[in-house]
Amino acid sequence: MTAEIVLQVFRFGFLLLLWLFIFAAFRVVRADLFGGRTGRVASVPPRAAAPGRKRGRGVRTLVVTAGPLTGTKITLGEQPILIGRADDSTLVLTDDFASSRHARLTNRGGQWYVEDLGSTNGTYLDQQRVQGPLLVAPGQPIRIGQTAMELRS
Amino acid sequence: MGGPTTDPRAAAPGTVPPKRRNTELALLGFAVLITLAAQCIVDVTVTGSLRADLFTFGGWFTALWVVVHLVVRRFAPYADPLLLPAVAVLTGLGLTMIHRLDLAGLQDGEATREDAPVQLLWATVGVALFVAVVVVLRDHRQLSRFAYTLGLVGLVLLALPAVLPASISEVYGAKIWIRVAGFSIQPGEFAKICLIVFFAAYLVDKRDVLALASRRVMGLELPRGRDLGPVLAVWVVSILVLVFERDLGSSLLLFGIFVVMLYVATERASWLLIGVGLFAGGAFLAYQVFGHVQVRVDTWLDPFAYRNEGGYQLVQSLFGLGTGGLFGAGLGGGRPDQVPVAKSDFIASAIGEELGLFGLVAVIVLYLVLVERGLRTSLIVRDAFGKLLAGGLAFAVAWQLFVVLGGVTGLLPLTGLTTPFVAYGGSSLVANFGLVAVLVRISDAARRPATPPAPPKAAFGEAPTEVVSR
Repeated sequence: MTAEIVLQVFRFGFLLLLWLFIFAAFRVVRADLFGGRTGRVASVPPRAAAPGRKRGRGVRTLVVTAGPLTGTKITLGEQPILIGRADDSTLVLTDDFASSRHARLTNRGGQWYVEDLGSTNGTYLDQQRVQGPLLVAPGQPIRIGQTAMELRS
Repeated sequence: MGGPTTDPRAAAPGTVPPKRRNTELALLGFAVLITLAAQCIVDVTVTGSLRADLFTFGGWFTALWVVVHLVVRRFAPYADPLLLPAVAVLTGLGLTMIHRLDLAGLQDGEATREDAPVQLLWATVGVALFVAVVVVLRDHRQLSRFAYTLGLVGLVLLALPAVLPASISEVYGAKIWIRVAGFSIQPGEFAKICLIVFFAAYLVDKRDVLALASRRVMGLELPRGRDLGPVLAVWVVSILVLVFERDLGSSLLLFGIFVVMLYVATERASWLLIGVGLFAGGAFLAYQVFGHVQVRVDTWLDPFAYRNEGGYQLVQSLFGLGTGGLFGAGLGGGRPDQVPVAKSDFIASAIGEELGLFGLVAVIVLYLVLVERGLRTSLIVRDAFGKLLAGGLAFAVAWQLFVVLGGVTGLLPLTGLTTPFVAYGGSSLVANFGLVAVLVRISDAARRPATPPAPPKAAFGEAPTEVVSR
């Protein structure tokens, strides 16, 4: 009789253990999905207090909005962002209209500037072809070939 | 909080994921615990006492994952924390079920040797391959350089069993093996990975052309006629596999992976419809022309009519799943050995019998976790080759599982494919460890925060910004 009970405990206990593991795994998935959002929610009030007038201050990400890499986000730090077909670029484009070292975004005093690195087909900020370095405002589209990207806070 | 953000990375914890290596360690520990618990339950239920070499097994199995964890910590610190624990539970469950079937075979006096220690050895080889791939392959983009070589290797591996004489390559009607000197290798498992790498590199090159649409028909943008070339080529190869290797599994696997990668690369749903149409047409033709395909399909449509011949396996598997019910017979409590070749092809029905629907669904969810992490890697990695490669590898696992479970439950005709990580079989286990190693490498690149590019030409590069400041 006790043996029977032990077997039943084994039977259901093991299933429970298996599902506990899945529960633990899903907690990690959940932390990945929503952990970032809570971080961003916390940063909303300061942005609302100074609504976009500070010209690029608080810009944190470069988001690709069109082209094959749509949805890709790059977190901006102090370092320049290289864009092009070369493997060591920060954003690697696979576009026949992109040059291997196409454009660069640089941070100067909290503001981001885009410059064209002598590309064949050009870089466009809004409708304007980038000749010298241009100040990029958040939400202003930067176009390279089929790819469009913008800065977001 | 309100001050200027000097370090944006610290301010946005969501966009730069933490390494999460300790999470992985905890989950790996949990996975080892589950495996050991399962082993103990099987031993106690079947023989009434724990076996003597359980400590050896436990120590060995634990050591494998400690090695894997340390290598990942050292060489791929940003890798996804869920890939390896999911693999660990699946491998452990597989080892347990094989051990359980060994015990049943020993009790019946049918089997003379145990397969579980052999499988543990294969797992060790798999871990060795994993370590080699993670250590040698420092950047997944290196793979694209060898894409055409790997594509050729994949094709040769795929075609080899068809060319070899049946005495070497045929097991239970499917010619997908190479049996040499006591070893049997299923080269298709390795071909799968090689071909995925090739497809990814090829499609990154050609997708702009393949995405061109010629006309819209009923809301679908159809590709131009001349762009059908690649998909037709893969279709021909997969039909040849179906006919000459007599294996629907490899054929479906190859063609399905290519069509889905084509869809991912071009974002055109019409490729999926074209693929389904082509495969259905090809399969129907093969059914009309070849007798062995007809036999397979007939046993699939009505296994009970052929229960004394080709349908016996499937009938026994269905009975097993039915006996298992919702909660199963308990580990060691059922008779999964009633299904022929339960260890390799039908391990899923053995799990279904002993762990029930809840256990089998848990196993499927574990695969789901693995696939989800793979697809997520594909979404967040920054280069197009990595995106396609990770997506293709993750889809391959899902698709293979679908084909295998479909076969075991009677949804699809039976195939010779194995349940990844769980089923008995060295080549499958080793190849899938290699697959996970590539995924780990890509996920490390994907989750790693953007590093500043090396500035060898810094002085020259800074020149334009000088102009601004003036």
